[in-house]
Amino acid sequence: MAAKSSRQFNPWLPFVTLLRKEILRFWRVSSQTLLTPIITASLYLFVFGATLGERLNVIEAFSYAQFVIPGLILMGVINNSFANTSSSLFMSRYLGGIVDLLVTPVSPPQFILAYTLAAMLRGLLVGTVVGLISTLFAELPWEAPLLAILMAMLASFLFAQFGLIASIFAHNFDTLSMYSNFLILPLIYLGGVFYPISILPDPWRGLSYLNPLFYLIDGFRHALLGVGDTSYLMAFGVSGAIALALFCWAAWLIGKGYRLRI
Amino acid sequence: MYSRGMDALVIKNLYKSFAGTVVVKGVDFTIKQGEILGLLGPNGAGKSTIINMIVGVARIDSGSITAFGYDNQRDYRKTRQMLGVVHQEVVIDNFFTIDQALKLHAGYYGVKDDPVWRQLLIDKLGLRPHLDKVMLKLSGGMKRRFMIAKALIHRPQLLILDEPTAGVDVELRHGLWEFVREINREGTTILLTTHYLEEAEEMCDRIAIMHHGQLIAMEATHELVRRLSNRQLRLWLELPLQEMPVGLEAYRPKLKEDGRQLLLNLPAGESAGILLGRICELGLKVRDIETDQSGLEEVFIQLTGLQGAAHGR
Repeated sequence: MAAKSSRQFNPWLPFVTLLRKEILRFWRVSSQTLLTPIITASLYLFVFGATLGERLNVIEAFSYAQFVIPGLILMGVINNSFANTSSSLFMSRYLGGIVDLLVTPVSPPQFILAYTLAAMLRGLLVGTVVGLISTLFAELPWEAPLLAILMAMLASFLFAQFGLIASIFAHNFDTLSMYSNFLILPLIYLGGVFYPISILPDPWRGLSYLNPLFYLIDGFRHALLGVGDTSYLMAFGVSGAIALALFCWAAWLIGKGYRLRI
Repeated sequence: MYSRGMDALVIKNLYKSFAGTVVVKGVDFTIKQGEILGLLGPNGAGKSTIINMIVGVARIDSGSITAFGYDNQRDYRKTRQMLGVVHQEVVIDNFFTIDQALKLHAGYYGVKDDPVWRQLLIDKLGLRPHLDKVMLKLSGGMKRRFMIAKALIHRPQLLILDEPTAGVDVELRHGLWEFVREINREGTTILLTTHYLEEAEEMCDRIAIMHHGQLIAMEATHELVRRLSNRQLRLWLELPLQEMPVGLEAYRPKLKEDGRQLLLNLPAGESAGILLGRICELGLKVRDIETDQSGLEEVFIQLTGLQGAAHGR
């Protein structure tokens, strides 16, 4: 007969604790994790909203500031969701602290969920503040607010999964920053944050449809402005499918303990 | 319900390899509840790999590990609640203070923070003056103490200590072992590895010795030392010997003190009476006798064939 643990075991407490720890982790260094991306996004808003924006017009009925704000909000969400899971898990792997979790009853689903929710919270916090600051530069019609929130959540979820995967495969800090600098950043910039892809000539326009970031950014902008280069169905369908695929991949890696357990 | 003397940990036919090299080869052993088992062996013998497989840091290639009746892979959430581990490497989270980290660790194990138990650990391990310091600012010794507190915060039934005193000063080592004895007296089973063999000899009820991934000895500490260690007989003779008497070669005799002292090595398991009978037969008159029993270190060296593998003596 098996022994009983000496104290009452709460099966969800490991998850709640890990989530709390992950939130505390970014909150403690909020000048780096929250303030810096907010200032960066605010500078973009100032440049495109208050200066250059007045000389640019890329879609009818909206100012350039109105056009660019949804992309800048989502850029904050994406970058920070990715940064949170990738830096936290990679640091744990790199410094060896991951063994503190591996020896505990935290299950793989709880592990993924805690890391993901904390990353989503950070991404959405940055996005919210950028959104609030953007009201100083332009008003958005908020055509479909629920869909906009849903798309922001989907973007943060997707990039939280990508951050987990990147941190598992990264060998060092250089490799990790490569994911951010050489993959995410170009995809964001070429995904329609600063221009509608409909103004691009072929083949660039066709190639832009292969960029998964385009569907997130366009779907979010569509929900806020009421106009987009693609339908809601396509935007949510493609983004949802990618998010699901990345989640399954991350879940498989973490469930297996790939590069986490020896 | 488990009681003292029942199996806390059962390891059966355990194998593990890294990049094609088998580092743990068919290891079997059992730890009874309430005992202190020392797992010894030279560097690279496979001790830490076994510990990592027990606690879930390393995957098992084949074999099984059962803790308190639960399989550590199938019922990992149950077994991990009952295990606490102090790793060989210092593992800390620089974001938090000692107090915050201890509260978090209780939560990871699915138990509510017990302030009374937490304060007791803090006091017993001398952590109170450093409670509000972030880990980065702690000395090496304090980090070690914190790691023990962290491993005990959820009141595990089996505490695993992998070289807990490596690189710490003598005072701290004594303090830590005293604390380990105390929690063992209160019912916690202990599995430990150490390079300080005299400490293992003093602390452990049983000793398991590993070499090249295999278990080469496992028995009660005093039995292991008695069975495998050589004893040396030191005879003070009434009359000095000019040359070595014939017939004692098997005992590797040596003469000292101008032939007044004869040193003889008594092989493990051989009665001293037989040797003394032989001395009488040779007509040697003995004034005084002393015996020296070699310890675990000699046994360890004898079994592993490694000189200088152990230290601390």
